[in-house]
Amino acid sequence: MTLRVNDLAVARGGVPVLNGVSFEVAPGTSLILRGPNGAGKTTLLRTIAGLQPALSGQIDGADETIAYAGHADGLKAMLSVAENLTFWAQVFGNSDIEPALAAYQLDPLRDRLAGTLSAGQKRRLGLARLMVTGRPIWVLDEPTVSLDADAVAMFAAAVTAHLGAGGMALIATHIDLGLNADTFDVTPYRSKSDMRSGASDEAFL
Amino acid sequence: MIALLHRDLMLAFRAGGGFGLGLAFFLIVTVLVPFSVGPQSELLSTIAPGVLWLGALLACLLSLDRLLALDYEDGTLDLLATAPLPLEAALSIKALSHWLTTGLPLVLAAPILGLMLNLEPDGYIWLIASLAFGTPALSVIGTFGAALTVGIKRGGLLMSLLVLPLYVPTLIFGAEAARQGAMGLDGTTPLILLAGITLGTIALMPFASAAVLRMTLR
Repeated sequence: MTLRVNDLAVARGGVPVLNGVSFEVAPGTSLILRGPNGAGKTTLLRTIAGLQPALSGQIDGADETIAYAGHADGLKAMLSVAENLTFWAQVFGNSDIEPALAAYQLDPLRDRLAGTLSAGQKRRLGLARLMVTGRPIWVLDEPTVSLDADAVAMFAAAVTAHLGAGGMALIATHIDLGLNADTFDVTPYRSKSDMRSGASDEAFL
Repeated sequence: MIALLHRDLMLAFRAGGGFGLGLAFFLIVTVLVPFSVGPQSELLSTIAPGVLWLGALLACLLSLDRLLALDYEDGTLDLLATAPLPLEAALSIKALSHWLTTGLPLVLAAPILGLMLNLEPDGYIWLIASLAFGTPALSVIGTFGAALTVGIKRGGLLMSLLVLPLYVPTLIFGAEAARQGAMGLDGTTPLILLAGITLGTIALMPFASAAVLRMTLR
């Protein structure tokens, strides 16, 4: 199974931001999205994750296969690290959180409340969540924010292991993760016009 | 689904979870009513069913703000929307956990507070029955309101305005059943209508809630 994006156009707040985006991510490979701030990387990723509809174009292979990680980690401050992770594992029908805890060295923190973690530790927990979903395609929006060098290495190792198991990853990032991955720059696909289309509620009516 | 319910209940009972907010409000309102109305026990027993129902409704409304807003802010809703659990089911669970932490305590506390309002002895069973049948509708309708306003900062006022008209039928039939019961009459008819409203909203509202939530998550 391959993630295929064909001639995709996406809009943010009714304003088209990207047009004619096409790429493929095959099993065992990853694709790095690049582009300046505001280019539409987040919008593209949210569209592929199914959180918002595309203006036009097709996305194939994205049904029930995507684990999305955005800017927010979806952690509850009053639950412990293990409880947060167990919750997400159960939502996705899994139960084993130990490999994820080990991959991001969260074992010593397992009984700490998530609210007392540092920003980098929270991010590690948010990324560990991907491992308990059991989904083949990871769609990551700037996953390395607030991570230190060691944690970035843990993340790169986790992605490499995931790819090695036949998974896929689509990552928007500004830094070099040291992954052997293709790069896709969204800049040439930016919409020139600021014509407001798709701003109405046609989909709702 | 059970995982989500378990998590929501655990969060509600931990510090800062908001459990007891509605109950405390209900307590305050019904305790203060005798002071403001005066010590006329006959007047109090006349208005008791209405006051208890209004207090319960406002207590429900008060806690709706947190129902989805917290999950929206920390990104949980985005992640739930991409999870295998249908959004309709997730929102039904959210409504259920809201009822378990807000509606059910109100039902259980109402008889004690009825005592303070000099509720007629005949009325207790009707009050409990009407609240037990009616408060689930308040939670389910409230979830819809919360889904509509979840992306709006300080959307509490807007949500109250949107939700209150939808609460009116529940209030009318609920209070009517309790009132007729307290007068020694048979309140079966309003009670059945109330149960109908509740079952209808439980069956249909989650679909509306999920549809508007998908719109607001864009």
